[in-house]
Amino acid sequence: MASQGTSLKSYLLTRLALVLPMVWILLTMVFLLMRVAPGDPISSSLGGHVPPAVVQEIKHRLGYDKPLLTQYANYLWDTVHLDFGTTITDRRPVTDVIKVNGAATLELTAAAMFIAVAVGIFLGLVAGRFRDTAIDMGARFFGIVIYAMPVFFLGFLAQLLFGSILGWLPTSDQASPITEALIVPKTNIYLVDTALVGDWAAFWDVFKHLILPATTLGLVISGIFIRLVRVNVIRTMKDDYIEAARARGIAERNVVYRHAFRNALVPVVTVIGLQMALLLSGAVLTEETFNWPGIGHSLIFYLDNRDYAAVQGIIVVFALIVVGMSLIIDLVSAAIDPRIRY
Amino acid sequence: MAIAAAREARRKPRLSRLRRAVAPIGDARGTARLMLWTGTLLTGLFIFLAFFAPVVSPYNFDQFQANGVRFDQLAHPSSEHLMGTTVQSTDVMSRVIYGAQTELEVVFMALILGLAIGVPLGVISGYFAGPLDRGLVLVMDSLFAFPYLLLAIVIAFLLSNTVGKGVFSAAIAITVVYIPQYFRVVRNHVISVREEPYVEAARALGARPFTIMRRYVFFNVVQNVPVIATLNAADAILTLAALGFLGYGLQPTDKAEWGYDVSRALSDASSGIWWTGLFPGLAIVLLVTGLTLLGEGLNETINPVLRRRRVEKVELGTPTSIVESEVGP
Repeated sequence: MASQGTSLKSYLLTRLALVLPMVWILLTMVFLLMRVAPGDPISSSLGGHVPPAVVQEIKHRLGYDKPLLTQYANYLWDTVHLDFGTTITDRRPVTDVIKVNGAATLELTAAAMFIAVAVGIFLGLVAGRFRDTAIDMGARFFGIVIYAMPVFFLGFLAQLLFGSILGWLPTSDQASPITEALIVPKTNIYLVDTALVGDWAAFWDVFKHLILPATTLGLVISGIFIRLVRVNVIRTMKDDYIEAARARGIAERNVVYRHAFRNALVPVVTVIGLQMALLLSGAVLTEETFNWPGIGHSLIFYLDNRDYAAVQGIIVVFALIVVGMSLIIDLVSAAIDPRIRY
Repeated sequence: MAIAAAREARRKPRLSRLRRAVAPIGDARGTARLMLWTGTLLTGLFIFLAFFAPVVSPYNFDQFQANGVRFDQLAHPSSEHLMGTTVQSTDVMSRVIYGAQTELEVVFMALILGLAIGVPLGVISGYFAGPLDRGLVLVMDSLFAFPYLLLAIVIAFLLSNTVGKGVFSAAIAITVVYIPQYFRVVRNHVISVREEPYVEAARALGARPFTIMRRYVFFNVVQNVPVIATLNAADAILTLAALGFLGYGLQPTDKAEWGYDVSRALSDASSGIWWTGLFPGLAIVLLVTGLTLLGEGLNETINPVLRRRRVEKVELGTPTSIVESEVGP
């Protein structure tokens, strides 16, 4: 037991040592793109109708008039202290954007990931178990078509069917205006906030608003899981220990459910981490489609207003989230599966 | 004569090598064959539409009147407008057909750019190893970990502020996303090829690194590229459509683009108008499905580990590390 502890710790340290250069590279890349690349961030944020004195004043306030190297050092320093700057257009600290809109994104992506994993594992297991049958073909076909489906088109279809034709579910925003006005923001995750107060009518309203966006995003991502689980089931079914289990006379049903499926699911944890990038990209599109007030939605808002400072701050946060998540997932899978550590 | 014969002899191995590379496609059986054919058909259809758009399309993509009569706004699909009209009175079907042109144009350019940068970088990095390799891998891995769409959006945003929107800007924004993928696949393959006896033999004979890379390494590595390129083309279409949807694709007045059309159609959906969004959306799904099937079919037929022939196979057990490639990128 003790030796396992040490090797996990050393794995953690190696993994952490690899993360730092990655973060640094990403931060430097963002800096190069947003500050060094041609174009004047400040005047384009302001639309070019502002007196030069004002532009100078803002430049000075944001530190954009200093030499590039100083700017770079300040930028790294601030980022390390989790200060991602202030937006130019509405003077909101980026941390505030993250707190409020990030909560909405978290609600959406968590629900979507849950749906993706549930649908993906189920269809993948069934397809792999019944390889080359009609079920398998159907699941694979679904996997390919759902992969080819842009999130926003699936969202369009969902809005058309469930919002407009059937009229069952709301198609935009995170809650009805009334619920939104009455909500007491604590975590900013509406589902949690309404549940904490015990306002179940509001909870139900928030939940209804979540169904379409989360399902849309979840289904699109489920394609990857279907493929992965299917391949893994097929591979484990060929493994020696499955053969051994059969030889020992264990019923085929138990061989499949107890031995093959369990081992086929281990890599899924790792892949959830790899899908973070896909999930966040999908979230930006889903939020735009359903007018969901998440980070992606704010990012597009600031992009449209050419607010370089806001865009830079949000992108940095995205980079940190991605690196952090992949680190966490790697550690979790290392804890689950000792083979990864070596 | 002698020269011609010698030239013939020199050309022959190239040809036979080519034939050997294509041979598995004829051998494809079962699912792989079905995938290949469906994929080829779907992709072919859109390539046809793209090339013959002016002939096939009933109107121009931005045409809102004919013979001085303005088309109806948001007209239902009818014999006059098979897929209806948009809020700007343009013909949906014409926009879908011209859209094929746009998508293929941008994606083709993005692929060429991505291959031209990613493959040589991968070959050089894999062959020379050392600090250069480690540095490049780190940069590419960081790029790869980053949400691809955000990267494309930021590049497209910066380009739209400096160069302006256009086919080339969109292609660059997409390319940046895919370079790391080509780089990775090619580099990893080069590393395994580098230790092969024939490469070592060439090195022992005194061939310069550049010659070895060009003549021995490149051709062995490049065989994987069609599969990745096709699958990436599918992905690139989705990225372009996403950029268009968010308003960072092409200038709407210059080109018809499916993603942009779907974004315009979102507001129609609430009033039950389905045709403005359904058809461009379906076009995306069909083209991406076609390219994916083509890529997957190629993968299953070319990749010997996944290949299934009718001949009864001898069970030797499959090395698990290679089977993983079945998951694809």
